[in-house]
Amino acid sequence: MNPFGRYLLNKLFWYLLAFVAAMALNFFLPRLIPGNPVDAIVSQMAQGGGASGEAMQRVYDTYIVEFGLDKSPLEQFISYLGNLFRGDLGTSLGNYPTSVNSLIGAALPWTLALQLPTILLGWILGNILGALAAYKGGWVDRGAFLGSLAFSSIPYYGLAILLLYTFAVALPWFPTGGAYGFASSPSWTWGFIADAFRHYLLPFLSLLLVVIGGQAIGMRSMAIYELGADYVGYERSLGLREPRIVRGIFRNAMLPQITGLALSIGALAGGALITEIVFSYPGLGTVLFDAIRQNDYPVIQGVTMLITVAVLAANFLVDLTYGLIDPRIRTAHGAGA
Amino acid sequence: MIRSLFGNGRFRLSFSLIALIVVTALVGPRLDDRNPLFAVGGRYDEPSSQIWLGTDAIGNDVFLQLMHGLGTSLYIGLVAGVVATLIGVAIGTLSGYIGGLLDEILMGFTNILITVPTIVILVLLSVALQNRSTLLLGVIIGVTSWPWTARAVRAQTSSLKTREHVDVAKLSGAGTFGVIMREILPYMMSYVVMAFVLQLSSGVLNEAGLSLLGLGPSQSISLGKMLQSALQGEALRTGAYWAILPQTILLSVIAFSLLLLQSSLDEFFNPRLRRR
Repeated sequence: MNPFGRYLLNKLFWYLLAFVAAMALNFFLPRLIPGNPVDAIVSQMAQGGGASGEAMQRVYDTYIVEFGLDKSPLEQFISYLGNLFRGDLGTSLGNYPTSVNSLIGAALPWTLALQLPTILLGWILGNILGALAAYKGGWVDRGAFLGSLAFSSIPYYGLAILLLYTFAVALPWFPTGGAYGFASSPSWTWGFIADAFRHYLLPFLSLLLVVIGGQAIGMRSMAIYELGADYVGYERSLGLREPRIVRGIFRNAMLPQITGLALSIGALAGGALITEIVFSYPGLGTVLFDAIRQNDYPVIQGVTMLITVAVLAANFLVDLTYGLIDPRIRTAHGAGA
Repeated sequence: MIRSLFGNGRFRLSFSLIALIVVTALVGPRLDDRNPLFAVGGRYDEPSSQIWLGTDAIGNDVFLQLMHGLGTSLYIGLVAGVVATLIGVAIGTLSGYIGGLLDEILMGFTNILITVPTIVILVLLSVALQNRSTLLLGVIIGVTSWPWTARAVRAQTSSLKTREHVDVAKLSGAGTFGVIMREILPYMMSYVVMAFVLQLSSGVLNEAGLSLLGLGPSQSISLGKMLQSALQGEALRTGAYWAILPQTILLSVIAFSLLLLQSSLDEFFNPRLRRR
């Protein structure tokens, strides 16, 4: 098998293992909760009043069957896997009888719209900034470095709160939360798109700045390291032109940055979920928060499962790109990397 | 060595900030023995000469809560940092020094944990453990964040173990544990310290993140829980900036100064990162 195929197979194997591990955690951890989760939920519902004793009993029985709590743990796990592969995440306990699929389905577009552009754009801009800082040096470097350090060290939610306070409360330029105004409902009209964009800008910016900061720091230190490498001095002494040398340096510094992207996607996804809560953005983070507050285990499990799958898939894509770019893996003559 | 460390401006700045924060957390709660969970006023009273930072949504003294919450947050971060560093160093040194099958197994496990998003493990663990003391929360955060340290420590160990003094120790009959403790660990102390600083920072931030998701420590006040109750109480939208900005800024300053400390230590210990 050629090195690229071997590299891919190896990666695939590890992602599969990680997936299985995550699935096992997802199944077993919520079942560690002492007592029967259904008891807690039904008693909570009973306290809320409204439903009669007979109705409560019906809800209880439905939940027991829904959860499969009348079966052995092994049977439960197998049916859990079966449902998972059919794409069925179960039924919400907090918003019975809404399916977890439809809850997540309604939230997912907002989360994707927030995360995909910030990750890609932030990565590109961050690398350019880091490379510039390393190459220019002096005050450009000092300013870019301290700025990046500040933006990447401020927690996502911290920057979100500061931006929200400054640009939505102190200076009321932007709405204070949500994905669109109360008066409008989602539709493909210019009015709605403009409204959604106004709501989008602050959460987008708060995530983008953090990503830029983190990537710029990584790129800067990689590029400084490469700038001091022996081959650069050698190229200079050969009389190579500066732009050509610089291109070589940054191409070499890029490779670890691609791995860096893969490794930061998980943290990014987590940070973005919490940012949604700050902005009451109707994405997966808000769904997760509501589910945690209501002990809605099927929804919690559905969201964690989806995040895991998305992050693993994104990582695999990045690894695939890396394999295509890195000459040591790409060429059949590679030294078995 | 200490003197040349203090010659670095970044180190001086970050060290003074951290010292100030730690002293505040230790001394602050002792200056005022009132219960921070006891209401002193109405909903979102403005800052005044008595209540320096006003009150929160249920009338608690924000300044008093901040003093107590800071200590809790630092404590959780410290527990998380210690747990993560200990596990990371143990797994990293064993894996790197012994090598072979053990290395494969331990690193396989580490890589799996790195790939599964931390937030997923954190949320599932916290949901499963319903009654979370500050200690337990610190441990939960610690056991989810060691893989990075393990990986870095393993890389260091496998390069250190080829050194001559390690061979000498082995020839003179030292056991695996003795070699790791005396011949490997002391030579990478700088890495371990830097890893610990990073773990500390991520521990404090993870506490706040979990609290924002509603999974904070039960029955105690932390910076994260203050943040969460302020957000839930619509402090921002009602203009009660005093109830939400202090803990946000404090968390950011803690994270920034720890990261700055780590980067100044990094430059100090790795001269290759300095410009030539």
